[in-house]
Order: sequence, then C-alpha cells, then structure tokens
Amino acid sequence: MSASTPVQVRAIAWRSLIRTARQPAQVVPAITFPLMLFAINAGGLDAAAGLRGFPAPDYLTFILAVPFIQAGIFAVAGVGADLARDIESGFLDRMALTPVSRTGLVSGQVAGTIALGVVQGVVFLSVGLAAGARLETGAAGALVLVALVVCIVFAFGLIGVTAAFRFGNGEAVQGLFPVLFVFLFLSTMGLPLDLLEKEWFQTVATYNPVSHMLDGIRSLFYGGWDGEALALAFAMTAGIVAVFLPLAIATLRQRVVRT
Amino acid sequence: MSGRSASVARGVAWRGLHTFFHNPTLVVPAVMFPLFFFTAFAGGLSGVSNVPGFDFPENYTTFQFVFVLLQASAFGGVFTGFAIARDFESGIGRRMMLAAPNRRAILGGYALVAVGRAVFVWIVLTAVALVAGMQVGGGPVDLFGLYGLALLINVAALMWAAGIALRFRSLQAGPLMQTPVFLIVFLAPVYVPFDLLAGWVKVVATVNPITPIVEAGRQFISGAPADSLLAYGAVLALLVVLGAWALRGRRRAETAG
Repeated sequence: MSASTPVQVRAIAWRSLIRTARQPAQVVPAITFPLMLFAINAGGLDAAAGLRGFPAPDYLTFILAVPFIQAGIFAVAGVGADLARDIESGFLDRMALTPVSRTGLVSGQVAGTIALGVVQGVVFLSVGLAAGARLETGAAGALVLVALVVCIVFAFGLIGVTAAFRFGNGEAVQGLFPVLFVFLFLSTMGLPLDLLEKEWFQTVATYNPVSHMLDGIRSLFYGGWDGEALALAFAMTAGIVAVFLPLAIATLRQRVVRT
Repeated sequence: MSGRSASVARGVAWRGLHTFFHNPTLVVPAVMFPLFFFTAFAGGLSGVSNVPGFDFPENYTTFQFVFVLLQASAFGGVFTGFAIARDFESGIGRRMMLAAPNRRAILGGYALVAVGRAVFVWIVLTAVALVAGMQVGGGPVDLFGLYGLALLINVAALMWAAGIALRFRSLQAGPLMQTPVFLIVFLAPVYVPFDLLAGWVKVVATVNPITPIVEAGRQFISGAPADSLLAYGAVLALLVVLGAWALRGRRRAETAG
C-alpha cells in the first residue's frame, strides 16, 4: 500500500458515503423490507418455538438474526448498482486515468454501504429489543453484533463490486439479489439445524456459510457467549473477503484494460 | 361479449402470451420463484408440522403447496400488470385503445394472458410437488375447487395491478402493484394453520380476505372442504371490487389520451 492510499480511500469513501445518504430509494427499502419480513415471520411462525428442542426463548428472538443478514444482501445490490452506474457514466474510466490504487478504489466504494450497514444494525437491534427480544450478552454483545454486521456488509458488498466490474451494468447486478436470497432461504433461517427434518435440506444448510453467520448472531442473543459460533461467523465473512477482494481487484484490472 | 370484442381479447392474449413464452427473462423467474419458495418452505420448515396443535391431515409439503400455488397465481396476475404498464410505456397500449371497438375487451385479453401464465406455472409446480412427495387426499371435485380458487385469485390480482398500471402507465409503479399483494398474501396463515397464529399476525389474518381462501385451499387438497363457500365468497368479492377498480383505471387511461 503506497503512502497516499489511505488518502485515496478516504476521498472515494466520502463520495460513496454522500452518494448513499442522498439516495432514500436505496436506504429506505434496505431498512424497511427486512423489518417487514421480520415482523411477518416472527408472528407467523411464533408457534415453532413450541417445538421440542427449540433453542431460543421465543421465535421473535430466533428470527431477529435474519434482518442482519439481509443487510448484507442489500449491500450487494446497493454497492453493485452504484458502481455499475459509475462504469456506465464513464466515471470509472476517468478514475483509471489517475494514479489511484486499485485497492483504494475497491475498498472506498464499499464505504457508503458499510455506513448504511451500521445504521441497519442499530435500527434492527433497537426494533428487535423494542419488540421483546433479549440480548443476553448485553452492551458488549451489541458492539460485537454491529461489528459482525459491518463485516458481513463489507464481505457481501465485495460480491456486488466484483459483479459490477464483471458485468458493467446495474440490471445484471440487481439480478444477483434473488440469487443471494436463495442462500438465505436454504440456511437455518427458519429453524435450527437439529430441527430441520429433510436430510437434503440439513446437508445444504450445514455447508451454507449463511447458516454459520446466523448462528454467530444468534449466539449473542441467547445461550451466553459462544466463542466457537462467533469465530465461525467471522471466519465465514473473512472467507468471502479473501475470495472476493482479490477477485474484485482482478476484474477491475480486466475492465480497465478493456476500456 | 360480441364477436369483435372476443377478437380483440384473443389478439391481446395471443400477443401477451407470445411475448411471455418467447422471453426467457419472463418465463424463468415466473417458474423459478414459486419453485424456490416451495423448496424453501416445504424443505426448511417441515419440522413446524410437529408443533402441538398442527392438525393438517396431509404432510407439510402438501400444506405449503397450497400456499405457494395461490401465491404464484396472485403474482402471475401482478406480473401481467407489469406487462400492461410496459405496453403503455412503449406506446402499444395507447394504439390498442385507439384500435379496439370495445376497450374492456383489452382488459379481458390481459386476463387471458394472466390465466395462461398461471396455468403454465401450476403444471410445473404441481409436477414438482408430486415428485417431492405431496399427498393429495381430495378427489377431482376438490382439486377443481382448489384450482378454481387459484384461477379467481389470479384474475383478482391482475385487476388490482391493471388498475395501477392504467393509472400510472409506467413500470415505475411496479412496487405499488406488488407490495400490497405481497403483504396481503403473507399476512395469511402461511406457515401454520390459522389456529396456531398468535399476536398481531392473528389479528390481521382474522380480517384478511386471503385467510379463508388459503384455509379452504388446504381443505380442498385434503379432501375435507368445509369453508369453501366463505372462500369463494371472499375471492368473488375481491374480484368485483378490483374489477371495478381496473375499469375505472381504464377510463383514466382513456382520459389521459
């Protein structure tokens, strides 16, 4: 990293922050849609807490983990669409003419989405607690939760960045949105692993990284501190970053060469 | 309907269905989304059937099939509303209004498109559900009752979406077409029978017209229809109200020129 890279990241990140803040059409659904699904699922599946072996004190606390993952899914669409617009408008080409570092360009682009992730994390937690959920790990757990959400948003945001560099248009990036919902729905979103009856679904959920992220978040709400669950959740997000950060930089290089 | 009106409806329907079946970006999501919901709900939540008081006689795959069938039918209607908005954006809608001797027939044509799309999705979804182990306790008459409900909900949802599409005449009104339908459908007993709902969702489900439709659909497939009159009454009432909404929308589109 050259000496000027932090300065470059700051400038690009500031632009990304301002741009996100100025787009209510991006911010409002990213907060309201996950809350809407949370409210519907918490009420509709309340009876599931009566299952033998159900680990959470109530279904509301159990399902509260889901909006935090949805924050990551919205990050893919948000950062990807912004970046695709930069490509379509020629902004990226102009940036490529400057000596800005590739790492700075990629990392800075995610800043606005990370800021939105912090807001989402705080809002979802506040609404959940107001609705009756309990955070057993207290204030320290809340901080770890927000940190985990930021990591998830950053990791998923890099998928959006890679897709934007690869496809170069917003419509294609938006097409990833339902694909990522598949990962959420084929996880332990609705029931814990032990209570999944279908063997094939249990296998898919076991190897689905989203299940481990959900488990990490849930460990903060009930059952006390669980280092293993948290470590796995952070490791999964680190794994996504490890795959998609180099991939994003590589696709950026290819795009710059092409243009 | 006169011969000329029938001809207009057939023309609009042929065009709409031709566009749908020749465009993979329309066909694939129309089939994949219901299959995805079915897989996720029937696969991931089957343990919910072990909740004390869960008294549906068939398996959870069957329980979820009915919901997904009705949901897919409703969204088939909504997505046909998108097609109406797209036609008005491109100018085709306005030209059809100029050419048709009876403009209500245009709406009838779009209804045929919505039904055609829904039937295609029903065939795929039913085949997949049977392969996945769906149990059918009802006889042919019961199944006719179930698919009849699905058909009427499909047309009712189309009327809602058409009312929006004809007023705004732009795809930008898409969220207005689908969000209320999404909410009303998901605020019915989706995952458990009505008696097991709790809290505010139960209060909403009590007055939600989709609730008796979903409940009756599940009774039909298990061969024990009890509330079918209430369900058909609810869906026909929706159809009348939303049909009037769509026809008023058509008048707004005429006035706009």
